[in-house]
Amino acid sequence: MDTTISFEVNGELKTVTTHPSRPLLDVLREDLGLTGTKYGCGEGQCRACTVLLEGKAVAACVTQIATVENKKVRTIEGLAGGDTLHPVQQAFLDGAGSQCGYCTPGMVMELVAVLNASPNPAEAEVLARLGRHLCRCCNYPNLKRSIRLSLRR
Amino acid sequence: MKNKSDCAMTPDHDPAAWSEGVDAVPFDFGLKRRAFVHLLGTGLMVVFSAPALAQRSGGRGGGASAPSISSRLHFGKDGVITVFTGKVEGGQGARAELTQAAAEELRVEVAAVRLVMADTAQVPNDGITAGSRTTPFTVPAVRQGAAAARELLIEIASRQWTTDRDQLKVQAGAVKDPVSGRSFSYRDLAANDIAVRLLSQPVNAGVQVTPVADWKILGKSTPRPNRRDLVTGAHRFPSDLVRPGMLYGKVLRPPAFGATLTGIDLAPARAMKGVVVVADGQFVGVAAPTVFQARAAIEALAETARWEYVSHPSHQELYGHLEKHAQGGVPANPFPDEISRARKVLREDYHVVYVQHAPLEPRAALAEWEKETLTVSLGTQNPFGCRSELARAFHLAEDKVRVVVPDFGGGFGGKHTGEVGVEAARLARAAGRPVSLRWTRREEFTWAYFRPAALIRIEAGLDETGKLSCWHFLNINSGGAGIETPYQVPHQRSRFVRSQGPLREGSYRALAATANHFARECFMDELAAAVAADPLTFRLAHLQEPRLRAVLETAAQRFGWTDRFARKQPGLGVGLACGTEKGSFVAACVEVAIEPKENRIQVRHICEVFECGAILDPDNTRSQVEGCIIMGLGPALQEEMMFENGEIKNASFQRYRVPRFVDVPELDIHLLNRPDLSPVGAGETPIVAVAPAIANAVFHASGVRVRSMPIRLPA
Ligand code: FES
Ligand code: FES
Repeated sequence: MDTTISFEVNGELKTVTTHPSRPLLDVLREDLGLTGTKYGCGEGQCRACTVLLEGKAVAACVTQIATVENKKVRTIEGLAGGDTLHPVQQAFLDGAGSQCGYCTPGMVMELVAVLNASPNPAEAEVLARLGRHLCRCCNYPNLKRSIRLSLRR
Repeated sequence: MKNKSDCAMTPDHDPAAWSEGVDAVPFDFGLKRRAFVHLLGTGLMVVFSAPALAQRSGGRGGGASAPSISSRLHFGKDGVITVFTGKVEGGQGARAELTQAAAEELRVEVAAVRLVMADTAQVPNDGITAGSRTTPFTVPAVRQGAAAARELLIEIASRQWTTDRDQLKVQAGAVKDPVSGRSFSYRDLAANDIAVRLLSQPVNAGVQVTPVADWKILGKSTPRPNRRDLVTGAHRFPSDLVRPGMLYGKVLRPPAFGATLTGIDLAPARAMKGVVVVADGQFVGVAAPTVFQARAAIEALAETARWEYVSHPSHQELYGHLEKHAQGGVPANPFPDEISRARKVLREDYHVVYVQHAPLEPRAALAEWEKETLTVSLGTQNPFGCRSELARAFHLAEDKVRVVVPDFGGGFGGKHTGEVGVEAARLARAAGRPVSLRWTRREEFTWAYFRPAALIRIEAGLDETGKLSCWHFLNINSGGAGIETPYQVPHQRSRFVRSQGPLREGSYRALAATANHFARECFMDELAAAVAADPLTFRLAHLQEPRLRAVLETAAQRFGWTDRFARKQPGLGVGLACGTEKGSFVAACVEVAIEPKENRIQVRHICEVFECGAILDPDNTRSQVEGCIIMGLGPALQEEMMFENGEIKNASFQRYRVPRFVDVPELDIHLLNRPDLSPVGAGETPIVAVAPAIANAVFHASGVRVRSMPIRLPA
């Protein structure tokens, strides 16, 4: 049965009444209109749906809404400050990190989480984290370039 | 599949002359079909009449080009220049490329052009976005339209000012009179009655476009015009579209291919709050306020559904099945005399499995009805084809259907059809509200069409000088793209024989050119080995085409082929392959390592040289080539659809592994620019050399010939 769940999204308190086992991804996209977070597989395999939960990167498709009660979620929409892009977004823009761009929000959020956790991570470590993400356009060389640009900022 | 003979490049200009077949889903939601309705137990039981037999038809990419300047370009009184094209953007870069093309000819900044793509209510029919046709056909069409507008600007200014038009030039979007200093811009054009009349004239095909030497925008890298929206999440992909009151759809899928629904109880789903249930022939679906509710309703329906199954071959029986069903039988070698005279004869079979495109965005559509007019926004490569598909399914006139294609999340030849749009529209009609239907990954893996599997048989003879004397090449089932050998052989025949593939089949990046190159280039290596020749020397001895020789020689040189081939190191091997398709040329040299423990193949280094005429956008061309090569590593090494009893056994990214960061080898990509030649597409041909070069390197490393894709060594 439906329950009422409150959580913070991009700094705003949200309250939804819904089935507790609905994926966070669906609630963000359908109930809150935040369609920047993408569905790619629904089973934790592509990471297109990556958002920050308490600062950590999670796959929103396999995160049940009940588990985010009273927690802080950040999505791609909450990254830029007005017209100023987050440095990682800027790096993806400068590094041609998008072909179709469907994987971009997930990749960007993952990288933001990595950089939040340690400001100077080793490149190999970063690539290992991003290694969970799929880009079907196989834009990996430009993605590596964008990642390197992010690490330099 | 009716028309898989995806011919290389048609010399003419007519998009309809080119076609690439896809097995269509024969929807029919007209009003006159019969379904026998029975009441059963608590609910409504619908029992269907004879099963709808799957029907296959060839797709057409057709449609006439823009007849007038104003159907291609619009000049706003506010100074906004809008360019219209029927092409779509699915990540390949058409939006940037066509914007560049228009800006170049109009003599304006790229940022001054707004490009409207693939809205059938607004744009000319530029045909399907496939077959690498945007660059050789739509770029010229846009350039001509824009150049005609530019000439018109000069024409009107020269008339008004009674100045000789040769003295006038367009710069930064306006003509300036060198004498009086007056200026006349595209904005003024919009307010000029004569101009408005002249803009409705057909584009003069003889209009002068800017020669390569004078290009200021074309030939230079242009980033994606909407790149900012891609990094902020603001861009609305087809699966992101929302309308007030919209419901989310879901369709009941058969548990196996070919299974027929014989009965179902709709009541449990109907009892769910807010859920609309539709049963129409074999189509059963729901629309609900959330995806979660829609899924619950479908699960309830699935529990009551009764199915009748048919037998279906499994992936293990695939090649026997294809050979058995070869249409007209498997033809004999037409050169028996040459074969008997040959010093050496080689004959091998090659196998290529079914694979999926798996674009990261699965098919998605939003359907909206307004009385008897239908608007469907979806991710497809074929907007006008989808309009026809929708019109047919609902028995509507084409002008009652509008198809809009927002930039979508990847196609790779996999989105030529509009089944998701038809399904969404059927649900929306029943719901009386807009419906968004988004396929799941599992549906995408199962119900989208597949790249056809191939059985390829080659027989060739070598003469006493070690040269090819005859060549017979058969592709059973997968298609005729890239089937003709580029090598000089006095007696040769290459043919495509249709069969009945057990899965739904259609296009894919480079289509059958990948399978045909795999077989041919692997076989060329076997022939070279048979006469103890270096594979490079053997190929060059049979090659005349200078553009193909150029890419092959450049790749070999950059890679250090001759030394690396001669120097054998344990566990390491090098291989090469080359080819041509859709007017472009490619050669690849690769190095592989065989991990001794599991006999796993690791691709360490790929050097690829690619030539597609004059390069319009160097950065995007490189991205396309890189993406194509890396995507190609999937089917080359690991991708394979497994199926049994009509069911896909690995319909997930966990069980169907596609290339990831760790799979990317060291890449040395070299683009040969030929400004003296017409530009052609770059997003397909680079894939064809990857797999055979790897298989040849595996032989060099291990002494084992792997004659199937994916290339795997027994553990
Ligand atoms: S959609 Fe969540 S991991 Fe793929
Ligand atoms: S850019 Fe298309 S999936 Fe990554």
